[in-house]
Amino acid sequence: MRIAKTPNLRSARSAFPYLLCVLCFAYSASAATPPDAPSVILIQNATVLTVSHGTIEHGSILIKDGKIAEVGQSIKAPAGAQVIDASGQFVIPGIIDCHSHIAAESINEGSVSVSSMVTMEEVLDPDDIDIYRDLAGGVTSANILHGSANSIGGQTLVIKLRWGQPASKLPFEGAMPGIKFALGENPKRSNFSIPGQPRRYPSTRMGVEETIRGAFSEARDYKKTWDDYNKRVAAGEKNLIPPRRDLKLEPLVEVLEGKRYVHSHCYREDEILMLLRVAKEFGFKVRTFQHVLEGYKVADELAAAGVGASTFSDWWAYKVEAYDAIPYNAALMTRRGVIVSINSDSAEEATHLNQEAAKSMKYGGLSHDEALKMVTLNPAIQLGIDKRVGTIDVGKDADLAIYNHDPLSAYAVVQKALIDGRVYFDREKDIANRAEIEKEKKALTEKLKKAEKKPEEKKPEGKKPEEKPKPPAPTSTPTAAAASQGGAL
Amino acid sequence: MSKARHHRRLLYILCLLNFLYFLLAPVTDAQAQPPSVYAITHAKIFTLAGSPIEDGTLIIRDGKIAAVGASAEIPAGAQVIDAKGLQVYPGLFDAVTQMGLSEIGAVNATVDSSETGSYNPDVVAATAVSPSSEHIPVTRASGITEVLAVPGSGGFDSGGGRGTLGGQASAIHLAGWTADEMLIKKSAAMVLNFPEIQTQTFDFSTFSRKEKPYTEAKQEYDRQINELTDWMDRARHYAQAMEKGSVSKYDRDLKLEALAPVVRGELPVLVFADRARDIRNAVEFCDKQKLKMVLAGGGEAYKVKDLLRSKDVPVILRPMLSLPEEEDDPYDRELSQPAELAAAGVRFAIASFDNSFARRLGQNAANAVAYGLPYDQALRAVTINAAQIFGLGSQIGTLEQGKIANVIVTNGDPLELTTDVKYLFIRGQLTSTENKHHRLYEKYLNRPKASN
Repeated sequence: MRIAKTPNLRSARSAFPYLLCVLCFAYSASAATPPDAPSVILIQNATVLTVSHGTIEHGSILIKDGKIAEVGQSIKAPAGAQVIDASGQFVIPGIIDCHSHIAAESINEGSVSVSSMVTMEEVLDPDDIDIYRDLAGGVTSANILHGSANSIGGQTLVIKLRWGQPASKLPFEGAMPGIKFALGENPKRSNFSIPGQPRRYPSTRMGVEETIRGAFSEARDYKKTWDDYNKRVAAGEKNLIPPRRDLKLEPLVEVLEGKRYVHSHCYREDEILMLLRVAKEFGFKVRTFQHVLEGYKVADELAAAGVGASTFSDWWAYKVEAYDAIPYNAALMTRRGVIVSINSDSAEEATHLNQEAAKSMKYGGLSHDEALKMVTLNPAIQLGIDKRVGTIDVGKDADLAIYNHDPLSAYAVVQKALIDGRVYFDREKDIANRAEIEKEKKALTEKLKKAEKKPEEKKPEGKKPEEKPKPPAPTSTPTAAAASQGGAL
Repeated sequence: MSKARHHRRLLYILCLLNFLYFLLAPVTDAQAQPPSVYAITHAKIFTLAGSPIEDGTLIIRDGKIAAVGASAEIPAGAQVIDAKGLQVYPGLFDAVTQMGLSEIGAVNATVDSSETGSYNPDVVAATAVSPSSEHIPVTRASGITEVLAVPGSGGFDSGGGRGTLGGQASAIHLAGWTADEMLIKKSAAMVLNFPEIQTQTFDFSTFSRKEKPYTEAKQEYDRQINELTDWMDRARHYAQAMEKGSVSKYDRDLKLEALAPVVRGELPVLVFADRARDIRNAVEFCDKQKLKMVLAGGGEAYKVKDLLRSKDVPVILRPMLSLPEEEDDPYDRELSQPAELAAAGVRFAIASFDNSFARRLGQNAANAVAYGLPYDQALRAVTINAAQIFGLGSQIGTLEQGKIANVIVTNGDPLELTTDVKYLFIRGQLTSTENKHHRLYEKYLNRPKASN
C-alpha cells in the first residue's frame, strides 16, 4: 500500500544533488543530525525481554562501543557512563521488519518480468521521513525490497534505520544481499491492467513458473560460461577473452551459488509449492516466502524445505488470492515448525509491528515469547543477521526499543530506540523539539511568502490565459494510486 | 405399473414424508422459537451509563435489555450464562464501513459500494447489503455488533470511485437472515464527499502527479460548489412542494425526493473531508444550507477544533493508525488527535472506514488512549457516541433498560489486542462468533502430517 514517490526510476547519480539539497535546507539540524555515541550507556531498572533467555525484572543492560557488554539484574554504572533510568519500562531487541519499502526513491521497475538488474541500494533515500516514523515504532532494521510487479524483481538489501546518516551508512554491514521474487496476481498483473496498454507476459501462474525457469536456465548457462573461463585462466591459459557480463543474470548466479537470498512474495498454496519445485530443479534455496497468506495450508512442506515465512498479522480480502488469508496463519505455521516473522509492507504498519505480533497470541494461542520472536529473533534468522541482532545478549549490537508498557499491548508507546548504542529516537526529545520545528517552519513560510510576492509586484498587467475546457480531475486515493503502481501488497 | 405397486409406492412416499416430518419438525420449531430470555450473571458490567457494576446481572428479554444491575432478578425460564470473571459491554459500533457492500476490493463484481455519476442521493446502502458476506461474521467476532454501511465514500473497498452525493448510509446489525432483519435504520445519513480545492492530482494515464495552479483549482471547486448549491436549492423547492401537496403537479423526481429530509435538516449529511480548508468550507456550506453536518475522516480536525465545537459538528475519525499528512507533522499527529479533540470538547466517534480492517476498531481506540485519550472516552467513541451521532442513542450504544440487546461478554478489555469475545448478542439473540477464518484454522490445524 504505497505510492512510489517518483513515478520514474531515479538513478543514484541524479538523486544525489537532490538529496544533498534536502539534507542542507529542508530539515532542522535537530531532526537530521545523527546522535553522538556515548561509548558507555547503562539502561537500568527495566523489565528486560531478552527473547533468548527469558525476562529479567529490574534488569540492566550495559552498552559499550555500540555493543551489548552485559545483561543482568543489577549492573553498577561504570565511571562516565550515560545512565538511562527505565523504571517501569520494558526493553526489547529492536524490531526487525522483514518486508519494507521505506527509504527508497522508487520500488517497482515493472516494465519487464525479470528485473534482477535493478537494485534498491541505488535508490536509497536517507531523508525519507518514514525512516524516522518507523524508528519511533521501535524498528531498528528493515529488509528493503523491490516491488512485486515482476516474477523476478530487483535486488534487495537490509538496512539499519540510522536516521540522519547518509545513504552510504544505512546498509546493514555484512548482511547477505537478497532478491525479490513475486508469484500470483501481481506478476500476472491481474489487478493492474491499463487500458490501451498491451498485456505483459506472464499473465498466468503457469507463465510465472516458466519465466522463473527460463531465467534460471539462462543463469545456469551463463554460470557455466564463466566457470569454464575461470577454469582455463586458473590452468594458466593466456590471452583469453572473458565472457560478456550480464547484469540481469549475475544476481541469479549468486542465488545459484548461495550468495544471495531469495525473498519471494506469494499468496496461494499452489504457487508456494511451485517455487519450491523450481528451486529444487535448479538447485537453489528460497530463503523466505513473503506474505505467504496461505502458508498455513502447506506448513509441513514449508518446514520440510527449511524456508522462512514472513506474513501479515490480519490482512485479508483485498484481492482474491487474499480471500483465504486468516489471522491464525502465523500461529499455524509456527506450530508446524516454520520460522515465522510478521512484516509490515507499509511504512504505517511498521510503526506498530509489536501490536501485530501480539495478535498471534489471540489467534492461535502462541506464547508471549513466541509472539515477540516474530518481530525480533525470527526476522533476524530469516535475514541471516541473528548473530548480530534479534535478542538481548552479550556481544550483540545494542539495537533496542524501550516501551512504557508491555510491548505486546495496544497501550505501549516507544520511549526510545537505540541502534549501535546510539539513541536515534527519544520521545521526550521529539516532543521538546516540536516548538522549535514549528517556529522554523513559520519562519520559512514567511520567507516563502515574501519571495512569492516580489515578482508578482513587478509583473505587468497581462491578459488572462484563455479559458480552456478542462478534463475532469481524476480522483485518486493513495491506495488506488499504489495499486496502479504495481503496489507492494 | 400395476395398481398394487402404485399403492405401495404411494405408501412408501407417505411413510417417508411422515418420517421426514418427525425428523424436521422439532428442529423447525426450535428455530422458530429460540430462547428469548437470557440472564448474564456475576459479570463486571460496563453499562457506559454510570459506573461499572462489579457483580452484576443483565437480563435480556425479547431482544431488549430488560434489566441491568447488581440485584436484577433472574426470570423463570431464563437461559443463565454464568459470566464470573468475565466483563460485559455494549457491542461496538463501527460508524463507517462498506460492510456487505464490498467483498473483495480488487474484484469489481463483488463491489457494490459506489454508483456511477456524481449525484446519487437516492441510492440506499441497505439495498445492496449482502447478508451472506464473509466479512460480517469475521467482524462481529471482534465484538462489533452494528455498523454503518456507507456507499460512495471512496476508499480501497469501494473500487475507488466517489461522486459528490454518494447515497444514503444504512445502520445495520451484524446478524440477520435477511438484510431487512439486519436493519437498524435504513436511511441514517446522506453521504457528501465535499468538493476539494485540488492543486495536486494523480494522472493514471501517465502515472504521475499533476500540479494545478491554485486559481485553476479554485475555479473547479467553485463550479462544483455551485452545482451542489443548485441541487440543494432544487431540493428545497421540491420539499416545499411536497409539503403543500402540490408535488403531484410535477414529475416525480426521486433524487430530489431523497434530498428532502436533508434540506429539512432531519437527515444528517455525512461529510467526507480531511484537510482543514475543506472542513472549514464544509462547515460554512452546511451552516448556510442549514444542514445537519457530521464530519467523516477529519484528518486535520484538530486544526479547526474550536469551529467544530462551536458549531457542534460531531466527527467520525478515520483510524489513528495512519501516517501524518505532512512530512513535518509530529510523527504521532494522528495518534494524538483524539486526545486533543476530546480536550477541546469536540464530539467524536472512531471508525474503521473499511471492511477487512474493521476488526482493528478496538486497536485504534486503544492506540488513542496510549496517546492521551481518557479510556472511558475511547470506549464511548466506539459505542454510544456513534449511536448518538446518527440519532440512535436511545436504541443502542449503552447497556440500559429498554435498549436493543447488542451485548458482548469478553474476557478482558474489548479494546486490547488479545481479548476474546466469549458471548455475543445481537437483537437479544445469542449469536455465533464462528467465521470463515476460524473454520479454516480448525481445518488446517487438523491436517494430517504431510509425508514429504
